[in-house]
Amino acid sequence: MSLAIRLARNGAAGWLLPAAIIAGWEAAARAGLIPANVLPAPSAVAEAFWRLTLSGELIRNIGVSTLRALSGFAIGGSIGFALGLANGLSALSRGLTDTTLQMIRNIPHLALIPLVILWFGIDEEAKLFLVALGVFFPIYVNTLLGIQSVDPQLVEMGRVYGLDRRALFFRVILPGALPSIFVGLRYALGIMWLTLIVAETISASSGLGYMAMQAREFLLIDVVVLSILIYALLGKLADSLARLLERLSLGWHPAFQKG
Amino acid sequence: MPAATLTAARSLAATPAQARTIGSVEGRRAFAFREVGKRFGDKIVLDGISLDVRAGQFLAVIGKSGCGKSTLLRLLAGLDRPSSGSLTFGAAEEGHSRTRFMFQEPRLLPWASVVKNVEIGLTGIAGGTDARQRALAMLDEVGLADRADEWPSVLSGGQKQRVALARALVGQPQILALDEPLGALDALTRIEMQQLLERIWLDQKFTAVLVTHDVGEAVALADRVVVIGAGRIALDLDVPVARPRRHGSAELAHIEGTILDHLFSRT
Repeated sequence: MSLAIRLARNGAAGWLLPAAIIAGWEAAARAGLIPANVLPAPSAVAEAFWRLTLSGELIRNIGVSTLRALSGFAIGGSIGFALGLANGLSALSRGLTDTTLQMIRNIPHLALIPLVILWFGIDEEAKLFLVALGVFFPIYVNTLLGIQSVDPQLVEMGRVYGLDRRALFFRVILPGALPSIFVGLRYALGIMWLTLIVAETISASSGLGYMAMQAREFLLIDVVVLSILIYALLGKLADSLARLLERLSLGWHPAFQKG
Repeated sequence: MPAATLTAARSLAATPAQARTIGSVEGRRAFAFREVGKRFGDKIVLDGISLDVRAGQFLAVIGKSGCGKSTLLRLLAGLDRPSSGSLTFGAAEEGHSRTRFMFQEPRLLPWASVVKNVEIGLTGIAGGTDARQRALAMLDEVGLADRADEWPSVLSGGQKQRVALARALVGQPQILALDEPLGALDALTRIEMQQLLERIWLDQKFTAVLVTHDVGEAVALADRVVVIGAGRIALDLDVPVARPRRHGSAELAHIEGTILDHLFSRT
């Protein structure tokens, strides 16, 4: 019992369940309960991992996909952040753009894929556009919400004590909006991978999604499963980085002061 | 709408802090209200208030909820402008910028350490290590020097209000406006805070204007008590009791009784 508690404390407990699933899966595959053409054993997936790593194919595809994901995120995220700030700080800007943005937000961005392929073909722009669009809204909405929910009493206090607009923004408004901005960031990272997978699966000539689709053509089911697992790991990695960043910058927040 | 006149300059370029020469100027005026009125739409909140306050005086303003006493304080601190009448300051070049405001809530920035919060009170007055030194000295004054680098969220309600007091006083204001700053504290912490406030006021000799609904608190702390009713000054009373004052002494109880009678017999 105390071992379980200790593991839960240092975060290792979260990995117990995936490890157990993999062990059960391996055992079932070896016993012939799962046919290899439905789901290959973890050892077969590991073998595929090793094969593709040696050929350099895996690293290259991960690199291509990561670069796409991050560039799309940088573009969509920075536009969303900038508009969120502008609309949070200026009623004029909000009045001009918010209605339009809320309308666009209600279109599922993946529904634009046919249009995007017509516009950009299957080049990089298509993927960047979709990722940027997908990432834009969680960042925009949460930045705006964060700024609007900053305690007006603190803003009044800042004014009374003579903080100028710049100091008021950097010392009162931005730190107050930060927890909400981080929620948007983590949500956007999830959307980033999701969009990229879909976009690469439908139209690409490199990247992880492309690798998975090629493998399907040649019935290499171990490679397909490998790509899916790598997506899961990359998603988890991005989320962990965001959480680390959150812990570093929200040290003042009571929720981050223990553990 | 009659033009409001604010005689004092609103410049934020405060004079250096050492220019404070109160103490030898007994009898000099800190600020004066002349027939000040304030309306919000059709509602008349203040209706011709005239009030002359001497530098270094501890003034308490009492009244029932919604009588306009907080509005009076906000006008004094420059948070609102009068609809009519005028407001003048003793040292004309200083005005609002030498007035500090202490709110009902501590209003500390949760993402700044205690000492950084106090340093906010030195905005435009001092910066860098000088600001930190002065903030630390002020924290020592309110008995929280050892908590300087902690987050406000770990402090108790009374400690937070002490940090807010340090923030208000670190810039050595000439006028300190207090808007029921002790209202949310428990009875014992309240008395402790009153004593702290009195000690620092005796030491620094700023002009204090305390808005409160607690007559006992007003009488224990103030040199002079003003009762506001229906937007006008209903009673203006000196409290000529020597300090240190004892809570619950017969003299204070008598004055408290007079004020309470006045509050409940009319209106």
